[in-house]
Amino acid sequence: MTLRGKTAIVGVAEFRPSRYTEGATTLGMLAEVARDAIADAGLEMGEVDGIVVESFAESPFMAPATIVEYLGMDARFAEVVDLGGATGAGMVSRAAAAIHAGLCETVVCTTATRRERRSTEGPKRTANSGFAGRRVDRTPATEFDTPYGAIGANYGYAMIANRYKYEYGVTPEQLAKIAVAQRYNACHNPNALFFGQPITTEDVLNSPVVVDPLHLLEIVMPVAGAAAVVVTGAKRAKKLKHDPAFILGVGEHTTHKSITFAPSLTDTAIKASADGAFAMSGVRRKDIAVASLYDCYTITVLLTLEDAGFARKGRGGRFVEDHNLQFDGDFPVNPHGGQLSFGQAGTAGGMSHVTEGARQVMQRAQGRQVRKCEYAFVNGNGGIMSEQVSLVLGRDA
Amino acid sequence: MTSPTDEAATAKPYTKPLPEPTPASQPFWDAAREHRLVIQRSKQTGKYVFYPRVVSPYGAADELEWAEVSGRGTVYSYTVARRATGPQWSGEEPYVIAIVQLEEGPQMTTNIIGCPPDAVRIGMPVVAAFEDVTPDVTLVMFRPAAAT
Repeated sequence: MTLRGKTAIVGVAEFRPSRYTEGATTLGMLAEVARDAIADAGLEMGEVDGIVVESFAESPFMAPATIVEYLGMDARFAEVVDLGGATGAGMVSRAAAAIHAGLCETVVCTTATRRERRSTEGPKRTANSGFAGRRVDRTPATEFDTPYGAIGANYGYAMIANRYKYEYGVTPEQLAKIAVAQRYNACHNPNALFFGQPITTEDVLNSPVVVDPLHLLEIVMPVAGAAAVVVTGAKRAKKLKHDPAFILGVGEHTTHKSITFAPSLTDTAIKASADGAFAMSGVRRKDIAVASLYDCYTITVLLTLEDAGFARKGRGGRFVEDHNLQFDGDFPVNPHGGQLSFGQAGTAGGMSHVTEGARQVMQRAQGRQVRKCEYAFVNGNGGIMSEQVSLVLGRDA
Repeated sequence: MTSPTDEAATAKPYTKPLPEPTPASQPFWDAAREHRLVIQRSKQTGKYVFYPRVVSPYGAADELEWAEVSGRGTVYSYTVARRATGPQWSGEEPYVIAIVQLEEGPQMTTNIIGCPPDAVRIGMPVVAAFEDVTPDVTLVMFRPAAAT
């Protein structure tokens, strides 16, 4: 039994990322973007019988019920996904599985992150309060990593980049090219945070080093935003408003939470995840027109290009140098600008790789539409190369 | 010049996050206070594991026992934080966050101290340096082995 072609993404929506939200609640944002995605599919709320939502601070427990109630839904399937940056892709794979298993017919998957100038939610995030100020964190990472200043994600990806440089070698210019190409793409996406602000390799290399060897412009900027998709069965998908993006393959792999305990800093769980998705889909790497790759840092994209099987191991730097990663180039990566230039709105940033992959396959990407886009590869990456979820999307089931 | 007594009187309280030991990890922190490094070892396979836990990752029938280890290791990877990774570290940058691989196998995230940040290299031999950050807590950092 396989999920190949059994379900499709039929509606997408997102908010333009912004530095701050003034007074908006996460619940309101989750509901609004979910409503937009359902409307985009040409469906009514009553036609959606499943919800997948992230865990969010305002609703420390029973998050799906909270949003079901808010939207006035009748849900036969109500689920939380907690896979960090891979949450968006993981929501889609779980929605597809639930629909295929007959648990429900049509699922909305919704993500949102708000960001106040000053928190109205009590104490600000502290080192021990975990991602997005959720509950008290008593994980081993808090006990054994945090006391050494191993906080956030920057330090971990910097250690990955240094180890990669040591094992295989990559030049600062090669890594910078990833950020520059994605900024070019963002300049063709009016919804991108950095629309209208092109950058050069020199700009990247002249930006301050935050954690060796990563420069400021190789690191995502946290913003607010929201993104949602609607997934339904293939039969229904064909009758809806837009041409669907069929879900042809899903793969997933998780090996660690703290980067301290990753089996390797340079051979990542992306390989197993991507291999799973490609095997299920029957699609070849060379038929992928768009690579929508989680890009919290430039080094993340480099490792994903290798471990997802587009570039040979250790040759990622050369691959980047030899290819044009712009949406109008020979190997388009993150046509929406990626999170580096579209914006990283928490889990909604990860979901932006799903919405973009779907939009491209649906031929709805307007000024950044990749030509002859039959298939897209989407990768979601959570934590510090921790949770990996890969999707292969296609125009035909 | 201030005398050691003056320094102690004016010493700022330690404000960085401290570990909160669990029953499983208490022996590790107790040993660290005595400037000894102890980690767990699999009874069945002899393999070491870090961090401390109640369940062996080496099989359902396996048990873990405590063992004192050498404190010697090598830098698996590192970064120099040019900007503080948390507000409590503000003013201390640049500093080194590293993953050290112990010669017994397990890896630990730690700080490399006792040398200029830019002198740290992957593969560099290091030894445990026990930092008594409060009267109750000793953190396990590492310094270059050559400097011992």
